[in-house]
Amino acid sequence: MNDDRIPTLAVWKFASCDGCQLTLLDCEDELLGLAERVRISHFLEMSGAEGSGEGEAATLAGVGPYDLSLVEGSVTTAEDAQRIRRIRQISRRLVTIGACATAGGVQALRNFADVAQFRAAVYAHPEYIATLATSTPISAHVPVDFELRGCPIDRRQLLEVITAYLAERKPNISAHSVCFECKVRGTTCITVAHGTPCLGPVTHAGCGAICPAYDRGCYGCFGPSNSLNLESMVRQLKHDGMNDQDVMRVFRTFNAASPEYAALPTLTGQDAAAEEEAR
Amino acid sequence: MSHRGARILRLDALARVEGEGAVHLTISDGQVTDTRLRIYEPPRFFEAFLVGRGHTEPPDITARICGICPVAYQMTACQAIEAACGVTVDGQLAELRRLLYYGEWIESQSLHIHLLHAPDFHGHHSAVELACEQREPVERGLRIKQAGNAVMELLGGRAIHPVNVRLGGFYRVPARGELAPLAEQLRRVRDDALETVRWVAGFDFPDAQLDCELLAMQESGRYAIDSGTPTALSLPDGTAPSRSAAEHRFPVAEFERHVVEEHVPYSTALRSSLDGRRHLTGSLARYAISGRWLHPTAAEAARAAGLGDPAAGEACRNPFRSIIVRAVEVVHAVEEALRIIDAYEPPPRPHVEVPPRAAEGCAATEAPRGLLYHRYAIDADGNLTLARIVPPTAQNQGAIEEDLRRLVQSRLDRPGDSPTDEELAVLCERAVRNHDPCISCSTHFLDLTVDRR
Repeated sequence: MNDDRIPTLAVWKFASCDGCQLTLLDCEDELLGLAERVRISHFLEMSGAEGSGEGEAATLAGVGPYDLSLVEGSVTTAEDAQRIRRIRQISRRLVTIGACATAGGVQALRNFADVAQFRAAVYAHPEYIATLATSTPISAHVPVDFELRGCPIDRRQLLEVITAYLAERKPNISAHSVCFECKVRGTTCITVAHGTPCLGPVTHAGCGAICPAYDRGCYGCFGPSNSLNLESMVRQLKHDGMNDQDVMRVFRTFNAASPEYAALPTLTGQDAAAEEEAR
Repeated sequence: MSHRGARILRLDALARVEGEGAVHLTISDGQVTDTRLRIYEPPRFFEAFLVGRGHTEPPDITARICGICPVAYQMTACQAIEAACGVTVDGQLAELRRLLYYGEWIESQSLHIHLLHAPDFHGHHSAVELACEQREPVERGLRIKQAGNAVMELLGGRAIHPVNVRLGGFYRVPARGELAPLAEQLRRVRDDALETVRWVAGFDFPDAQLDCELLAMQESGRYAIDSGTPTALSLPDGTAPSRSAAEHRFPVAEFERHVVEEHVPYSTALRSSLDGRRHLTGSLARYAISGRWLHPTAAEAARAAGLGDPAAGEACRNPFRSIIVRAVEVVHAVEEALRIIDAYEPPPRPHVEVPPRAAEGCAATEAPRGLLYHRYAIDADGNLTLARIVPPTAQNQGAIEEDLRRLVQSRLDRPGDSPTDEELAVLCERAVRNHDPCISCSTHFLDLTVDRR
């Protein structure tokens, strides 16, 4: 059915805000051109058809096979844990897009709390709601070929990933920190110049260092960089005026469940406080 | 009837909506006896994990409820918390906030008009298919959408989950000169926006009539977006209502007394009603309640497009024609954005301080899809003790279900061949898309089951 020379693309949604898949529709200059080079076979936000307009209705599970699957969102239900396994089976390459798919997203804050209480706080009939106790990244369930960071992802990086995989090469995406991007952009360091607390030194590049250019400290929405010294970062943040609670909050937001942040409760004295309370 | 006996049809995907849901219809002896818009997108528990967070955090955190309308969440969260803390943001800071919000309206409404809704009127599955036949209108739509994104990128740092919004205003405000290229881009798409109104006004519209109350913010003199008073308008079937008798207002602080949410077993969204009746928020409601305050260029475009005279308070009751109203709102948003840029003088400070105090505050604004309400309670140390969020799609669920019922029933009542399941599926998808539901917001994806008995 598929023309072998035109690669096929699929876009999938799990628990998320839709912002990362919207990034593809935000490629206004490239969208129609891209659709001529790639068969967008499965993308429910854009089309009700499977394939490119043959008229077959798209289904939640898809048909496949696909050359490249982009996956947005985290796994929070038993059905979704099944669905991602099937998507992996029918995809040659699988790339996660965004903080939810890569690290569990902001909804992974439940991993640190009691979901039954969460359910009761939001819903009058918690028994109607089926949900898992944790929000987990796609890589916790199936092998992933590449993880694109960000809450939300960056448009240029998305185009680079699509182009790279369709050309059968590795994406040219750096894993260094936001600090490098401030230098490239020519932004004066806001920590050095103004003492503004900033997560730039430990945060994965990719956004283009937007926040410091807007007089705001980086708040870590791209998650941890490839090599980070968390202890030194926490010390610097406190030096710049954050207290332990501020530090916990800023890390425990959009990439809360990143394993690189696991030492935070110890570094901010929360572990000691919890032990004290238990005694 | 050709379809006697129990019969279940599943259409596994309603596409071109934001989120995942399903439609379940029960038809018994030619009568639609039950219509359910099932929203089964997994819950993300924002209202629960906001408790215990800092009072400065909701603008960034609630933006992540919806990647399509993050600014609506940021603006509503800011205003609710500022109300709790007794702070008013006015003057140029308020104008800059409105400019950012108009950017989101332009982007989001153009997305829906061109990429999600227009393919329905041409029998296409997607805008890419539509572009093969009519490239110019789709490219025009993408240009308008891009201008909206440009507003958000300049003021917000980026279009999705802007970083520059904070309680009290912004981290950094632009110099006058920075806005000049934006004004240039907006002036270029002004004609595109007017051309879009003419394009969509020429579509074929099936006959249909809404039967629900309308709810939108209203402020005399302004097509309300970030201010005003919740105002409900009754729409008696087909007859022009006497405005004063049909409109009733209530303070935003009383919102939860009037708009009551209930949790139904088939949905992860909480469905709400207005004083016990189903209601609709969004473009059709705004146009009926605030149409007389549209920018003159937008009002003229509405008249030329056959929507009647908004200055005389005319309402549009056909949900299929909501695409024209959205196009008119884009014209209005472009004009208003240009007005703000022309009059802009940088404020003395990028933000005003919003120190915490033990208090409660609420606010409502007009997200592209309709009225969005937030309420927060804060303790003296600035920790949130309560968060309540009522998104537009959860409010619209009842009205959408009734719209589905009426459309399917009128098709069943038409003499001649009884409709096939495929025909009903197309009709249902269109009925849902007319209201641009954001299912991610209300907790996406529609899956149709027809149960024929």
